[in-house]
Amino acid sequence: MADNSRRDFMGKVFGGWAALGGLGALYAAKKTWDPLPSVKAAGFTRVDLSAAEPNVLNVEKWRGKPIFILKKTPEMVAKQSKEETARDVIVGKDHFLVCIGLCTHLGCIPAYRPDKHDFKCACHGGEFDASGINTLPPPPSPMVIPPFKLEGTTIVLGEEGPEYKKMKEAGVIA
Amino acid sequence: MAHFEKANSLEEWLDQRLAIKTLRRVLAEEYWIPKNINFLWAMGMVLAVTFGILLVSGIFLLMYYQPNVKLAFDSVNYTIMKEVEFGWLWRHMHAVAASVVFLIIYIHMFTGIYYGSYKKGRELIWISGMLLFVTFSAEAFSGYMLPWGQMSYWAGMVITNLFSLGSLELNGLVEWIRGDYVPGQAFLDRFFMLHVLLLPLVIMALIGLHFGTLRIPHVNNQDGEEIDFDAEAKKYLEGKKKESKVIRFANDFMSKDMFVVSIFLIFYFYLVFWHFDFAMDPINFDPADGLKTPPHIYPEWYFLWSYEILRPFPKDPGLVAFGFAQVIFFALPFLDKSPNVAPASRRGTFKYWFWLLLVDMIVLTVMGKLPPQGIYSTIGLVAAVVFIGLWVALPFITKNEKAV
Repeated sequence: MADNSRRDFMGKVFGGWAALGGLGALYAAKKTWDPLPSVKAAGFTRVDLSAAEPNVLNVEKWRGKPIFILKKTPEMVAKQSKEETARDVIVGKDHFLVCIGLCTHLGCIPAYRPDKHDFKCACHGGEFDASGINTLPPPPSPMVIPPFKLEGTTIVLGEEGPEYKKMKEAGVIA
Repeated sequence: MAHFEKANSLEEWLDQRLAIKTLRRVLAEEYWIPKNINFLWAMGMVLAVTFGILLVSGIFLLMYYQPNVKLAFDSVNYTIMKEVEFGWLWRHMHAVAASVVFLIIYIHMFTGIYYGSYKKGRELIWISGMLLFVTFSAEAFSGYMLPWGQMSYWAGMVITNLFSLGSLELNGLVEWIRGDYVPGQAFLDRFFMLHVLLLPLVIMALIGLHFGTLRIPHVNNQDGEEIDFDAEAKKYLEGKKKESKVIRFANDFMSKDMFVVSIFLIFYFYLVFWHFDFAMDPINFDPADGLKTPPHIYPEWYFLWSYEILRPFPKDPGLVAFGFAQVIFFALPFLDKSPNVAPASRRGTFKYWFWLLLVDMIVLTVMGKLPPQGIYSTIGLVAAVVFIGLWVALPFITKNEKAV
């Protein structure tokens, strides 16, 4: 019996250390799959908004994702609701839609229809208005507004400026 | 040290050291197969052969493939297809086998469902088979990423986005799976690793397990008859081969297996040489472009039914329905409450359940390929609801089934 209890003890010690080592290995494995620092650091995009044409969609790239930048015509701005205006990025007198151009259903890129002033996703038929708000399912939420900062007529994507923070406080950005 | 006699032949020499005679007896000569079965019982061997083809053609592709976002597309479409002699053959064999293997898996599965080959001691055969199905699905998906064409990229985007689990918005998890904000180099590298090493290892281990689970309960037969394998084997070994209900696996049954495999291979090589295009989506011959979604994104035909269960619902219910469809087949042995092991045709209401499920999955498959508009959306929605309804109804249908 004495022998057995010693063997049991050794077994438990061995098992405990092995479990600890296993946990460590799992942690290392998890961290190995994290996005690399170089991937994370490559994440700032600057776009000059002064050259934008009204009702023409510009697609920029930020962290590998497409960014929709749409300068609205005065008629579009006049017609839109408060909820829609709250999402506008305003530079001088111009209203812009700035959002990540991915459908919030499963991440396809919706296409802009200039005649209808809306976006249509080809994958599952979802629609968004010119402010990126979902109007036809399956997308469950508006297209996401990326962190941005305004410097004159230039927008810096990836940095949180006062306008972005204001939108966040107003609850426009979930 | 154990005692060894001088061996008189190579066989004897090996037998002393490896017990190959015992091995052969246990695995082949005295592994008993019932007589009352049909060609559908050969699908396991067809699958084993197809897996072999995938492995060998994959090894040849691996020698020229480049897992790099800048080089992958050309290494497949230029180097392998145009420069490497017979590179096209390996690629077409690999692509066609990857597609056809799912056709056979589905036949294999529905054979099991039809004859009740998942009950009374055969539960683990079914479960290990379903694990193989899931692993094969992951293997097919990871392989589909490698040519890095438009469909590779966007299928990768859509499928990894599923892991954000809808309104839970687990974007961190999705970025962790990708190693990037969008599918990129880290993504391609890790799916390459999964496709050529980890998943094939898991598949081989599971094939071993699948065979192991078969050993004690033995294969089912056309009548679901409970056979006393020991008694029948004794009859056979005593020379009463006609009277016995069983035959040896090798070489007797295996010769029939190989006959079916031969028919299959004629069909398979016909596809490889003359109709390989069905396994080659034209959209995937455009290089991956993260800023341009193809107008229609659809998976390969074998995933269409579960894709169509995801599609007609709003986001969260769609994900729940999709998750349901992925796991519910595992529960089959426990949802079928009837003790009957018999072909569906003799099981009353279950017969209709079986054929409804089969037809419903074909409808889902067809609708999954069509654009989600108008009447197709409606048919897809109905078929998806029917699929879920059938599984919910199964325990009630089978509970009061009359004993056969």
